[in-house]
Amino acid sequence: MASSIPAPAFADAGSVDALARGGARARRTVRLVMAGLAFVALLGIVAAAAPWLAPHDPTRQALRGRLAPPTRGALDGRARLLGTDQLGRDVLSRVIYGARVSLVVGLAAVVVGGVVGATLGITAGFRGGVTDSVIMTLADAQLAFPFILLAIGIIAVLGPSFPTLIVVIGLSGWVSYARILRSQVLVLRSREFVDAIHALGGSVGRVVLRHILPNVLSTLVVIATLELARAIVLEATLSFLGLGIQPPTPSWGGMIQEGREYLDTAWWISTFPGLVLMLTSLVVSRTGDWLRDLLDPTLRGE
Amino acid sequence: MRAVLGFLGAKLLRALVAVWLVTTVVFVVMRLSGDPVPLLLPPDAPTSEIMRVRRELGLDRALPIQYAVFAGNILRGDFGRSIHFREPAFAVVRGYLGATVELGLTSFFLAALVAVPIGVFSAIRRNSLVDHAAMAVALVGQAAPTFYLGILFILLLSLKADLFPTGGRGDVTHLVLPALTLGAFTMASIARLTRSAVLEVLHADYIRTARAKGVAEWVVITKHTLKNAALPIVTITGLQFGTLLGGAVVTETVFAWPGIGRLAIQSIYNRDYPVVQCAVFFSAVMFIVINFAIDAIYGFLDPRARLR
Repeated sequence: MASSIPAPAFADAGSVDALARGGARARRTVRLVMAGLAFVALLGIVAAAAPWLAPHDPTRQALRGRLAPPTRGALDGRARLLGTDQLGRDVLSRVIYGARVSLVVGLAAVVVGGVVGATLGITAGFRGGVTDSVIMTLADAQLAFPFILLAIGIIAVLGPSFPTLIVVIGLSGWVSYARILRSQVLVLRSREFVDAIHALGGSVGRVVLRHILPNVLSTLVVIATLELARAIVLEATLSFLGLGIQPPTPSWGGMIQEGREYLDTAWWISTFPGLVLMLTSLVVSRTGDWLRDLLDPTLRGE
Repeated sequence: MRAVLGFLGAKLLRALVAVWLVTTVVFVVMRLSGDPVPLLLPPDAPTSEIMRVRRELGLDRALPIQYAVFAGNILRGDFGRSIHFREPAFAVVRGYLGATVELGLTSFFLAALVAVPIGVFSAIRRNSLVDHAAMAVALVGQAAPTFYLGILFILLLSLKADLFPTGGRGDVTHLVLPALTLGAFTMASIARLTRSAVLEVLHADYIRTARAKGVAEWVVITKHTLKNAALPIVTITGLQFGTLLGGAVVTETVFAWPGIGRLAIQSIYNRDYPVVQCAVFFSAVMFIVINFAIDAIYGFLDPRARLR
């Protein structure tokens, strides 16, 4: 079946068999990417539909039912599938609501980082010279820095809030976009079609928006996916340190922090949000890897 | 030789600019974060007392002057006096540095010593059960949030199995869990990269030639393969050493490890500017020096790198 696919004209060597094997691998990667995207979509649906999906109010305290282990029938006859925390709140409902914080902060941070990083990276690659040196030195300086310390400092100044978190986490990631896009633009800039557009009177803005940007779009998507995993973990880390989303709003990192004191007696408080966080981070970053294999194998190892 | 010197000069310049930028950013952020004086005095302290303390700390002067004084002092190794500990900030940070270095080096060597053999083995026995299992663990290790990994280790190995203490610094058993936690990401990254680096070399023509000549398999692996796969492994290993310093902040907090990462976080809560500045400066300089050293080693090992 696979061997009936005609060999593409640009294939230089290799038998039809090898091509078919390559095709099978590509199809497998496509399926994996689809599965990864489906997971993110599911998480999005869970986050959006939290009020209908959560069995309990995530902030409602029930002091008589504190630290209850996971059970299918509780005092009121309703299930506490993942147990309750130190204030008697339902852990499952809090994990479901926690997805909102992770996704909103994660996605918004990726947009912030992507816009800043892509703009600076494309500018550096396209303009070159002093502009390039300044931007890349800034990038080096940021990489030469345990960023979490700076994030903590900034949040301590401005106070923890959604916008602050999004900007800080977003800006912590701009360097990845800038470095990779810059090197791609450097190559693209010297291609004939750029000269041709210039010769035809096309403006710099037109060259960048209509010709450079579409060429680096797939790279941008790959970096953004990998950055999403990083942003979600960073948000959880900051919430864990008490600098992210503040209680009583449920966030995975905050829940892990709250459960820390009760690890010995009520392991479920920290463990479940942590497992969901780990799974999310793993699936999203793997999806990024698969996307890269599919769209842009040359990025491997960066 | 000239090429090497020019290469090193450019890298050195960048490293120095990075140090300066880091210093400036730290100064700006810490000065924006509010006035520490009310924290130092009782709430009913008279205004004259507040003014006196502000003057004593140099906080009454214009910001550019504060900055100039700050930069000049750093050049002389003077980071000011800790507001919280009431002794020179440099001495405070130096007191905590040992714990961080101990933890960092342990994690690093643990990671490298475990990960490189695993990576090589996985590559040689590609697609075996061990390879798949090792790479699955490595993937999880790379994706797992450091702080949660620490919590899991405490839960499983300390509270349930009672093998190690939950935190603090003491004998060797205190070191195991923090070192594993901090080293997990590094270990996973090194194992994966070693595997792919070795696989790439194993496909090279000269390996086929060596085998065709009848060279023993273990010689092919040790002499022909590892030597050529070493370069990317050395690079990633060095780079990972730098990221350990950043991860130390979280790991030290989870395990109550008395290092400069935890000191920095506590000092931010105390608004102890001089200590934060000194701790961040130290971390950044260590990071920059390590990266510079890797670049230099790489430049000597691989002539192609000098051209970049």
